[in-house]
Amino acid sequence: MDSFDNFWAIYSNLVLTIGINGLLALSIYLTLSCGLLAMANAAFMGIGAYTASLLTMNADAPFSVALLGGMAAPTVVALVIGAPTLRLSGVYLAMATLGFGEVVRVAILNAESWTGGALGLNGIPQSTQWWHVVGALVLVLLVLWRLRRSRIGRAFEAIKEDGVAASLMGIGVLSHKMLAFALGAAIAGLAGALNAHLTFFIGPSEFGFDRGVDILTMTILGGTGGLTGPVLGAAIITLLPELLRSLKDFRTMVNGIILVVIVLFLPRGLWDPLRFKQWRARRKAGRAG
Amino acid sequence: MLKLSNVSKKFGGLTVLQDVSFEVPAGKVFGLIGPNGAGKTTVFNLITGLVAPTGGGIHFEGQSLPGMKPHQITRLGLGRTFQNIRIFKEMTLLDTVIVGMHAHLNYGVPAFMLSLPGFRKQEQQAREKAHELLSWMGLTHKADDIADNLSYGEQRKLELARALATQPKMLLLDEPVAGMNASEKLELMAEIQQIRKRGYTIFMIEHDMRFVMGLCEEIAVLNFGRIIAQGTPDEIKNNPDVIEAYLGREDDEPMAGVAT
Repeated sequence: MDSFDNFWAIYSNLVLTIGINGLLALSIYLTLSCGLLAMANAAFMGIGAYTASLLTMNADAPFSVALLGGMAAPTVVALVIGAPTLRLSGVYLAMATLGFGEVVRVAILNAESWTGGALGLNGIPQSTQWWHVVGALVLVLLVLWRLRRSRIGRAFEAIKEDGVAASLMGIGVLSHKMLAFALGAAIAGLAGALNAHLTFFIGPSEFGFDRGVDILTMTILGGTGGLTGPVLGAAIITLLPELLRSLKDFRTMVNGIILVVIVLFLPRGLWDPLRFKQWRARRKAGRAG
Repeated sequence: MLKLSNVSKKFGGLTVLQDVSFEVPAGKVFGLIGPNGAGKTTVFNLITGLVAPTGGGIHFEGQSLPGMKPHQITRLGLGRTFQNIRIFKEMTLLDTVIVGMHAHLNYGVPAFMLSLPGFRKQEQQAREKAHELLSWMGLTHKADDIADNLSYGEQRKLELARALATQPKMLLLDEPVAGMNASEKLELMAEIQQIRKRGYTIFMIEHDMRFVMGLCEEIAVLNFGRIIAQGTPDEIKNNPDVIEAYLGREDDEPMAGVAT
């Protein structure tokens, strides 16, 4: 037991970060599963983090209320900006949502009396326990798993494959895109709220372009064919820099090379149910023949 | 059942349709023919709400369609297929057909979150119905395959099954036999006859004259955005305007099909 305590003392932060990154990866998976390349998730995470932190620090709200607030605020923002932007597709949607992310960052930077500006918020109570993170991840996975198996999940998939054909199947395309966008924002906000109460400090630079690309990389690397991919991708992206620590200065370079190789050879991500299915079929055929 | 009155459509300065009026009667197989670029697919796009008409009225069972969203029009009972096949490539055939039933599955959020009996029953019924529709099209044995692995003709049939899954009163078929070989055409002809006997009204656009003349009870001819003739296959065959404007210019297979 001692060795576990020792391990936990050193690595608890890393393990919990995997969980939080898993939530972030799942948040962008939702929009990707609908065929939308929306890059606003870092901003939604930031909105969630600041809302929750201000609730606990300034309003003395209990942690549960702070978490709920951290989910509600980005959801409302997503509904407002989703109406005009979700009519766009492809690169244009990515540009619009990136622009929104920049607006959020600059707004946080300039609302100094609330957010502390560039200095960020310091001394956020460390309320996040390990079971908060695990519970949140399990809950989100459960909800998304059920969603995938329902008419809504099928509608997402149909919209991703062909939006026009989906609309002629009686699917309200825009409302489903809004749902995916808003639900993704809520999950990103939850991740932000949990993270803020884990790391003690948040600043505007944490929620910028780099973070947005990180979130996207995790999901693309892991694979968007199911729920396992994003979580796996999040774990790898979080752990890789730690595992490569011995390489010192070459660390980020090797990190990048590994990612490039994976994406080159497995463009559909590491976890690809379709490929597994084909493998199984081929092995079966091989045995029969 | 479906009525177009003085419908026109302009794309910029280009007039694609002008004063197009015709009525598709309930329970029949109605055909819209015309040379390439006559505006046939635009007619379907106007009806299904993908593009808005510049002028004129479109009514389905008394309901005015322009201004409605495509998914709302589908829910009124208009199902359609596409000239350039639009299937969901990475979905299984079974799932593809169940997507067509989207509007008819009405379980709520708690039902699928908790997998309540109502959810399971509806999903089970949807699967059974989807298997039935696939069997109509002769695709039962491929129900769990990915749609992308199907041949061209099979993909067209899958589109048809998916359109039927929306429980349409009227089926709009956009060149259902384009790219099919002779035996596939005959097969599909028989299947469309079967579908018609089940009580669906069918409205099709087609190039293949033998196919159109064999299936349709009434035909409208579109040329350069105008309806130039309407009537039974025999009337159309013998209409001098049609022969001159459309058939007379071609001396290959379509002409031969009409002459017989």
